[in-house]
This record gives sequence, C-alpha cells and structure tokens, in this order.
Amino acid sequence: MGIRSILSGFFGSGGSEHIKDSSPGQIARDRLTVVLMHDRADISPGIMENMKHDIIEVIKKYIEIDENQIELALENEDDSVALVANIPIRTVPRRHRPHG
Amino acid sequence: MAPRVIVVTSGKGGVGKTTTTANIATALAVMGNKVVAIDGDVGLRNLDVVMGLENRIVYTLIDALEGNCRLNQTLIRDKRTENLYMIPTAQSKTKDAVSSDQMVKVCDDLKHEFDYILIDSPAGIEAGFKNASAGAEEALVVTTPDVSAVRDADRIIGLLESMGKSPIRLIVNRIRPHMVKRGDMLGVSDVLDILAIDLIGMVPDDESVFTSSSKGEPLTLSSDTQAAAAFRNIASRLTGNDVPFINLDEPQGGGFFGFLKKTFGHGR
Repeated sequence: MGIRSILSGFFGSGGSEHIKDSSPGQIARDRLTVVLMHDRADISPGIMENMKHDIIEVIKKYIEIDENQIELALENEDDSVALVANIPIRTVPRRHRPHG
Repeated sequence: MAPRVIVVTSGKGGVGKTTTTANIATALAVMGNKVVAIDGDVGLRNLDVVMGLENRIVYTLIDALEGNCRLNQTLIRDKRTENLYMIPTAQSKTKDAVSSDQMVKVCDDLKHEFDYILIDSPAGIEAGFKNASAGAEEALVVTTPDVSAVRDADRIIGLLESMGKSPIRLIVNRIRPHMVKRGDMLGVSDVLDILAIDLIGMVPDDESVFTSSSKGEPLTLSSDTQAAAAFRNIASRLTGNDVPFINLDEPQGGGFFGFLKKTFGHGR
C-alpha cells in the first residue's frame, strides 16, 4: 500500500478513491500488471541480480554506495510499473571541477 | 468466402474453451454456414459430451491418422443442426498420437468441404496446444476475469503471435457484472487494458451454461439466456457483422440489469 492511500485512509478524505485503491478488483489489476511485466520481460531473479550488479558498477564510479543495502524491484505506482532502485549512499567524493 | 480455420485456446484449463467451441460452432451453423468442430484434446476429450454426440462416435481423428478409416468417416453429423459436424479425438491415446504436420493436412482437407473449421485446443502450452493450433490461421483466446487465467492468456497470446496467427481475438468468459460493479473482481476493460488485444465477446456467468452441458445441448441451439445471446453475438462478429457489445461492466437500465435483478435480487 502506498503512502497516498495510507494518508487518504487516515484522513478519511480520499473517500471513493481509497475504496477503489484497495478493492479486490483493483488489487487484482495491480498484481496482474506487475506479474505480466515480469512474465513479458522474462526477468528471472538471476537477470535481476546481474542487472543490479551492473548498475552498482556504474554508480560506484561516481559515488560511494552501500552495496549490501541496494534494493531493485519492479513496482506498481500510480497505474504504471517502474523499475525502482533504492541505493543508500555512503559519501559523495569531492570532485575536481576544471570548468567550475 | 475462403474457408477459415480457427483455434479456440486459453492456456489455463477450465475457463470454458470446449463450451465456447461448441456454442460458436452451433451458432455459426444455425446462421447457415457449414461448420466442423474438431476435438484437439487427445486423451482428455470433452467436445463430444458437451455437444451431446458421445453416443454416435465410431471412428476418431486418430483412427483416420493411423489409416484405420478415411477422414470423412470420422465426421459426426449433428442431427439437431443442419450443416454442423464434429470430429472426435481418441480418449485412450496421448498427445503424441498427432503431429503438427498431420493437423495441417487434416485442416487443408476439410477446407474443401467446410466454411468454418473450429479446433478445441487442450490447455497448456506444450505439444498438444501446438499441434491443435498448427492448422489454424486465426485464434480465439478464452479467459475468465481471474488473475491466473489472464496471466496464462497473456502467455498464450505471445505464443500465438510468434506462430503467426492473425487475427487473435479475446473472449472474456464467466463475467459477474454485480461483482465487477462492486469492485470485487476484474472487469472486461481491465482485462483488455492488460492484454491489449481485440475483444470479440464477453459472456456472463450464467447457470444456463451448466444446464446446457448437463444436457449435451449447446445453448446457441435454442436458449434465450444472456450467455446464449453472447455466444451468438461472437459467432456473428466472426462472420464480419458489427454487433454492439453489451456493457457488462456497468449494467444499467432494463436488459441485462433487469435480468440480474431478477436472478440475484439486487437492487440498485
């Protein structure tokens, strides 16, 4: 459940929107969208792991990250599916800027 | 008109492929087309009982393929409907009894005699499905508004596309409009958004479907229920007629909503 629906539930302002978001029909739709995204892309856990590794290698060139804490997943947000990465940053090294 | 070979398939089992095949075949024949429905599910045949022709089987498709009889000896004429025939398959054999090449040949031979050749495919994505589809140019994909059935339909659509079938059209079966309205299940529009293929029909969940298969009498033969009308509309659309869809997602006014009110006692 997203923050939006938690908030609307909490304040009771979301009304019908809140009901719509958590109805079994909407849940079915959301689940299907994500499942089919995986099926169609044929992204196995192995491929996901490889992709994660490659992304880490690229990001590491620029910033220092906590490799063990990285989360990468397909998620359903506001009617679209996104590849969501959560990458905790340790430090950003100071860089020499010749043109700055 | 050139003869058309159409496979009825779904991926997931139990969504209504055989019932759909029997009803569309019957409706097409009632409209005046010469139709044959082939049971493509070797080893788990069902089309014969759904059509009520199980007592008339002498030879099966497998007998013809093994050279025990000629292909036209396997044809069972439905005495209730002019121009309607069925080819049964064997119950005691396995999927290996038929090859894709043989199915292509069978369909080509039948094209000389029939306007429509409908093939009831087995569930699954393996050899049985591939053989059953081999001779078909077009496909009807049957699904129900369930997460699992829609997921499998998506897989089957991908396979049918890779096999070059066209057009591939969708039938959403067993819709419960009052549940869709409450937001308790997927609606047809959800399924269409997700699968992104053309819709050719939506069939409400209807007790008449059970009574018709109990009796072995396709609904489209004589019934006037909503499900019967839905199957007749599909047959009509198949022949190229532009038949408007009944909006089952939001039943309103008389017609279907009135029918629901009577059946389920739901007020607005």
